[in-house]
Amino acid sequence: MKGTNLGEFEEVVLLTIASLMSDAYSVAICDEIERITERSVKLGVVHAVLNRLEEKGYVLSQLGEATKVRGGRRKRYFEVTDAGKATLTKVKEQRDELWRLIPEFNLKMI
Amino acid sequence: MNNKLTNQPPKWANRFLEWYCRHDLLEDLQGDLYEHFDRNLTSKSLKSAKITYWLDVIKFCRPYTIRKFKIVNNINSIVMFKNYFKTSLRSIARNKLFSAINIFGLAVGMSVCLLMITLFMEVRSYDRFHEDAERIYRINNIYQSLDEDPSYFASTSIIAGKRLQEEVPGIDASVIMRRNFGGDAKVDDKVVPLSGVYASEGFFDVFSFKILRGNGATALVEPYSLVLTDETASKIFDEGVDPLNQIIKVNDKDFKVTAIVEKPPFNSHLKFQSLASFSTHESQEKERDNNIMGWTNMWMNYCYMKLAEGTTMQQIEERLAKISEEENEKFDRIKIELTLQSVLNIMTGPDLSNQIGPSIGGKGLWVFGLLVFVVILSAGFNYTNLSIARSLRRAKEVGVRKVVGATRSQIISQFIIEACVISVSSLVLAYFLFLVLKPYFLNLAPEIQQTLHLATEPKLFIYFFLFAILVGILAGLFPATLLSKLKAAQVMKGVSNTKLFSKINLRKVLIVIQFTLSLVFIISASIAFKQYKYALAFDLGYKTENVLNIELQGNDADQVKSIYEAIPEVSEIAVSSHLLSVGSRWGADMKYEDPMDSTTLWYASIDGNYIPMMKHRLLAGTNFDQRPLQEEESEIIVNETTIKRFNVGTPEESIGKYLKVDDKKLRIIGVIEDFHYAKVSESIECFGFRYQPKEVYTINLKIASPDLLGTMEKIASAWNDFDPVHEFDATFYDEKLQKAYSEYSVMFTLVGFLAFLTMTIASLGLLGMAVYTAETRVKEISIRKVLGATEGSLITLLAKGFMWLLVISAAIAVPLAYYFFDNVILQGAVNRASIGAIELFGGVLIIFTIGFITIGSQTWKAAKANPANTLRNE
Repeated sequence: MKGTNLGEFEEVVLLTIASLMSDAYSVAICDEIERITERSVKLGVVHAVLNRLEEKGYVLSQLGEATKVRGGRRKRYFEVTDAGKATLTKVKEQRDELWRLIPEFNLKMI
Repeated sequence: MNNKLTNQPPKWANRFLEWYCRHDLLEDLQGDLYEHFDRNLTSKSLKSAKITYWLDVIKFCRPYTIRKFKIVNNINSIVMFKNYFKTSLRSIARNKLFSAINIFGLAVGMSVCLLMITLFMEVRSYDRFHEDAERIYRINNIYQSLDEDPSYFASTSIIAGKRLQEEVPGIDASVIMRRNFGGDAKVDDKVVPLSGVYASEGFFDVFSFKILRGNGATALVEPYSLVLTDETASKIFDEGVDPLNQIIKVNDKDFKVTAIVEKPPFNSHLKFQSLASFSTHESQEKERDNNIMGWTNMWMNYCYMKLAEGTTMQQIEERLAKISEEENEKFDRIKIELTLQSVLNIMTGPDLSNQIGPSIGGKGLWVFGLLVFVVILSAGFNYTNLSIARSLRRAKEVGVRKVVGATRSQIISQFIIEACVISVSSLVLAYFLFLVLKPYFLNLAPEIQQTLHLATEPKLFIYFFLFAILVGILAGLFPATLLSKLKAAQVMKGVSNTKLFSKINLRKVLIVIQFTLSLVFIISASIAFKQYKYALAFDLGYKTENVLNIELQGNDADQVKSIYEAIPEVSEIAVSSHLLSVGSRWGADMKYEDPMDSTTLWYASIDGNYIPMMKHRLLAGTNFDQRPLQEEESEIIVNETTIKRFNVGTPEESIGKYLKVDDKKLRIIGVIEDFHYAKVSESIECFGFRYQPKEVYTINLKIASPDLLGTMEKIASAWNDFDPVHEFDATFYDEKLQKAYSEYSVMFTLVGFLAFLTMTIASLGLLGMAVYTAETRVKEISIRKVLGATEGSLITLLAKGFMWLLVISAAIAVPLAYYFFDNVILQGAVNRASIGAIELFGGVLIIFTIGFITIGSQTWKAAKANPANTLRNE
């Protein structure tokens, strides 16, 4: 089924939302990803991904309180839904499974 | 505070974002952008932060952010469209007078616009039938001698064409042409006059004229090859004879017909009856030992080329500049520059001398376009003006619509649709007016007839329709925005205090502009008319009445003379080289005793009968003796200016002195009074009559008979018996003079007509405004009347405002028109009619009369009304 798979960047965004807890809004997510992955991330891309994740039902969003910064515009805070959590766990399990299957010597740096 | 305002993201970017973005996403997204913007402000300049903001806004324009422009909305607008249409029709039907004024005014304005559109499209269609027409170019020359102003020519030198062919890469094909091929074509006993151009073998590679017979690639290679159009071929050869490979004698040389092409279509700037191979011209000139390769020999030749794909005009122009630089080095007084012109621009481009065919010229088109624009502008003003004035009546409707839920844009579209309904109905009327106007326009001048058909193709109707819609939108835009601004609550409470009344000043300005334009038109037309009459009535210094001029067309002057001597109505006969005072001039180099002091002598060649017949006044000396024309030239009769120029002395003293004209010594045998040998607007310079038998081309007959037409017929039939080949070509001198000043007559007919149109439109508008004012103030008038105001005072009250507007327009228009004519149009003309009070104020008087009648009739009606009838309902 289209839309259930999690792309690499989608996974990163989802994990970042989870790690930011209650402070997860677009600009913060953007900054956090930049900090961790050390690559430059465009706001537009993050926005698009957030939108897609919401469509897939992995995140929920709600508008926060109005503040004086941002020209008085409210922030949209994201949190990971149960479906999102399940998918994240599933992805992690799949990875772990694969890691387990790799013979140890095969990953040794020479 | 100020700082905060300036450090805001760009307003328009925000608007754009708000327009396209989904509402549920907008707030958060905009907030993010603000945050980024603030961040950028700390690291970058304000300007670059703003640019980044713009870029971000554009980048966010993605499928998921874009608002759904709902289909439901569209269905709704279709339904509403029907409603708008219906309301428009109802409101048009309700206000019959205003709709009639609007429709008629717009139709009058639009009819000339239709003419303009047709004209423009036709001129644009010129030369597009050639394959790859956008790659065909012509070499134009810019000629500059010493420090004089450069003159622009469509012609070029042969050497420029040859060097282009040899040296410049990137050209698919090129052709060198030369005009003035022609003469009498003879096949067996049949003689047909033939004209055409010389063209080199690349002709059919550059142009796509359709070849019916023969091979285009080889048709123009050999000397004495001739290509005929199908029309010319059917004139020369009998039916059933295959013209291909036939031999034709042109000017006693044998030409072989190598190809037959279709007659050039109407929309070709290049028209010809025949093409002779360019090698013919080369070999002829070689026989005569003439050097045709001169760099300054650039008056008769043309060079066209088709660029290879990928070659740009600039590349070729650079190479041409190099060529002209090399060639110019050989001359120290003359500079010739070569430029390129696309074949598609020839009809609409700048005015050039030595065009190969008739051309309209961009300048005339622009002027005409501008005038027409002024007319339609005036008609549009009418609509705007009346709509605003009437908008009070529609205010309630707008209020109700708004209460029910109409958005501002819906109100705007409603009123624009109404304007479009009016303009499209005007279009129907305008089209009929256009059909009426068309033949008059085409007959204005022979040049117009030669170049234009004004055929209405189906494609044009689409343009007409689009034009009508455009006029509707522009005329309706202003009233529509004004009405849509109304606040529902305000309107429902009572319309009288809405802001609409504040637009009264705007309406006044529009009326003033309309009348100023009409006045300028009227004054221009009357000045042009006066100038024309002045030029025609001007005492040229000799008599032109009842003189008929017949072109000899190659016939022997003595023979033609002898046939007309037999006609009793012809009282005198003279011959001359060309007609004076109509524009063409012949010149020669002239010196007196000082070999270093030379000047141009303008001259005409005549015989001994000419001076007495034309009643030139001899101040001293004698006329030429009537001798056989075959004699060698030795005498000259000059005008006063010539003897003054060289300080020869009094007219009596100068008789017997010698002048050197083109290295011939000529004895002055007579001095005539100065007369206008050139156009009246030019000054008189040195002029002389020469006795040069070989240079006569015209025979002048003085007719002494009251029955001019009958005599003319006799003369024509005598010509046809004598020379059946050439068509009889005769005109009366006065007719020729009228034609020579036709630029004035075209100007005043055109401008006069436009003046009439703008005046009609403006008066209609004024009528509408007067009716409206009288209507709205009917109660006020009645009360005034009841309280004892006289009818006269009421009329003054109502009419005063309008008359003031007219006075203001007159105050603007009169100096404007005067300045324009005095300093722009008539500048440089030597003899010109003075611009008098009649021309300047005649128009003003007309406008005032018309204005007074329109306003007066309405106010009079209002003032006469019985107050009991109007006040009964209160």
